[in-house]
Amino acid sequence: MKRITIDPVSRIEGHAKITIDLDADGRVASSQLHITQVRGFEKFVEGRPFYEMPGITARICGICPVSHLLASAKACDQIIAVNIPPAAKLLRMLLHYAQTVQSHALSFFYLSSPDILLGMDSDPAKRNVIGVIEKHPELARLGIELRKFGLTIIEGLAQERVHPSWVVPGGVATPMAAQLRDKTLAELPTAIAGTERTIRLFKSTFESLKEEIDHFGTKPTMYAGLVDDDGNLDLYDGRLRFVDAVGDVVEAGIAADRYAACIAEATLPHSYLKAPYYRPAGPVEGVYRVGPLGRINAIDQYGTPMADAEMIEFHERFGRPAHSSFLYHYARLIELLHALERIGNLLNEPMILDTHVRATAGVNAPEGVGMIEAPRGVLIHHYKVDEHGAMTWANLIVATGHNNFAIGNGITEVAEHFVDGNHLSEGMLNRLSALVRAYDPCFSCSTHASGQIEMKVELRDVRGEVVDEIESR
Amino acid sequence: MPQKKISIRIDGELVTALEGQTILQAAQEAGKAIPTLCYLEGLSPAGACRICMVEVAGTERLLPACTTPVQEGLAVTTVSARLTQYRRMTVELLLIERNHVCSVCVSNGHCELQAMATSLGITNTRYWYDFPTLPVDMTHERFVLDHNRCILCTRCVRACAELEGANVWDVGGRGIHTRVTSDLAQPWGESPTCTSCGKCVQACPTGALAEKGAAVEEMTKRTDRLTRLAGSKRAQP
Ligand code: SF4
Ligand code: FES
Repeated sequence: MKRITIDPVSRIEGHAKITIDLDADGRVASSQLHITQVRGFEKFVEGRPFYEMPGITARICGICPVSHLLASAKACDQIIAVNIPPAAKLLRMLLHYAQTVQSHALSFFYLSSPDILLGMDSDPAKRNVIGVIEKHPELARLGIELRKFGLTIIEGLAQERVHPSWVVPGGVATPMAAQLRDKTLAELPTAIAGTERTIRLFKSTFESLKEEIDHFGTKPTMYAGLVDDDGNLDLYDGRLRFVDAVGDVVEAGIAADRYAACIAEATLPHSYLKAPYYRPAGPVEGVYRVGPLGRINAIDQYGTPMADAEMIEFHERFGRPAHSSFLYHYARLIELLHALERIGNLLNEPMILDTHVRATAGVNAPEGVGMIEAPRGVLIHHYKVDEHGAMTWANLIVATGHNNFAIGNGITEVAEHFVDGNHLSEGMLNRLSALVRAYDPCFSCSTHASGQIEMKVELRDVRGEVVDEIESR
Repeated sequence: MPQKKISIRIDGELVTALEGQTILQAAQEAGKAIPTLCYLEGLSPAGACRICMVEVAGTERLLPACTTPVQEGLAVTTVSARLTQYRRMTVELLLIERNHVCSVCVSNGHCELQAMATSLGITNTRYWYDFPTLPVDMTHERFVLDHNRCILCTRCVRACAELEGANVWDVGGRGIHTRVTSDLAQPWGESPTCTSCGKCVQACPTGALAEKGAAVEEMTKRTDRLTRLAGSKRAQP
């Protein structure tokens, strides 16, 4: 059996390796995504005070610390058993939408747009964010501006950009300044207009990317996302909904503390990342996807007019549910628009400047579950504490974990279509990387925004000897 | 009886000190900063941390400024390459001995140990981290003791004994196994002597003693209040 190894997958945040096993005829036999991130995390927090968890877990990831901060604080809210003040909830939501904007902008403009806008088979030396700046300077600038827009809100609220410790059990540390609200409201229309332009440009590439859309991880799966009582997307506080592979709702919306009834976790032989599946359907039928594509397939609507109009067009073009992983990019852009609309709504809430933003209480419940929609998908923090508040147990289900099975299936599918055992072309390799990248996975905490392609491919024969090799950069 | 005035040299400069003062006190009055960690103005000096070591003419040994009394004619050097080297080493050893993870600590940004490391230009340690497994005592209703962040400066012990008179804290064990203990090494929450005054928390230079519920970076200490309290106590007849 020949084996093709791609290591590391370039332009994703972290380190991963893909191996594709070929049979004697050079056809794809199987494939596997190896994730080598060590996750001793749940163990080392044992004995720590529960209220330190938001600060600690925010350090898991340099890209979406806010997601962990919020999921963690929500779990802590349950442990102290309080309803947080209304302004605190609005401010946490604002922080969350702001980070969704910056994270989606990073994913699309910095990491994925080179493939989409310059073409999969374009010169690899130019197929990076620098290439995008050359060919579409206006778009590149917009990416930077959108990211800055999100970061400015985060910075303004939390007074610290990278690891804000502003979200605390019971609410947030400080109220919002009126200036920040006014400044953000003033900048919002430009951000929305730019996002609309980007969506238009993205839609114009569909023809040239037909092959990718048709063969890009199109295997049907279930989908999951958080919805409010009316079926609108609720990134901060929704209930978990599952739809099956034909789009029928199989679980309308379960509360955070019942997640274990729906989610079982399998351990994979080659990966430290656990692979969750929809428990009632089992590990094969129960594979589901989360993140922008999972959400657009699971929700009834976004609940904001512009994003809802785009959603209708999305499903008209690609069906409902839409299965191609390439459509993650499309859904991500629509969600960016939705997040901006929501930011507008939040800033116009009269309560948002209220100064009562923190409730305090001791340990009133032995456990708590916090669930939110991180930019990459459902994130769950589940803690147990002793009577004094020392952590005795923790379980974290991260977004990239949910997609674990589906990413592996997608790789096999792309490999079957593009990989020919005798030819290793850079375009084919990049498609495999791009498949993984569509999910915007965050295997660890490093960013590779430079767009540099560091891929090493080995073609090995049955005895494991290297018979062909290409290296690209 | 007025204290006798004596003359000493600090870094070559002639200064007047009072008999009975320590080198540290004399230096501070002369406007010379000697770095300290276990010293807290108002509490008796303990000489526990060895950061305040100075060179004294006539002896090869370094002496702690916080506990060494001045003598007529003493010549002290407070800044030298050798001293910086020793101070760095001492702080590095403090850092490796426990689990001081600043980024997730309640005292991040307000910690005397962290500030000391920064001012000495410590960016890494040249010794292996010990990574001990240490408990966090969360049994007290209002406060927490995290042994991971304790540097055994004994400021809590002295604040409790000298300012509150409760004598809750003590130091038990030997060498690397030394720990601060409450009463007869029982959980803090079960201490029959603790008055929950919080002076130990305010005295603690790190995040080892903190208010319960404080989030990362939220714990600030008011050691100045302890110093003032000590001053007013002394002024009482
Ligand atoms: S708990 Fe704080 S004050 Fe007490 S010895 Fe340890 S570091 Fe010093
Ligand atoms: S300050 Fe003098 S030994 Fe600690």
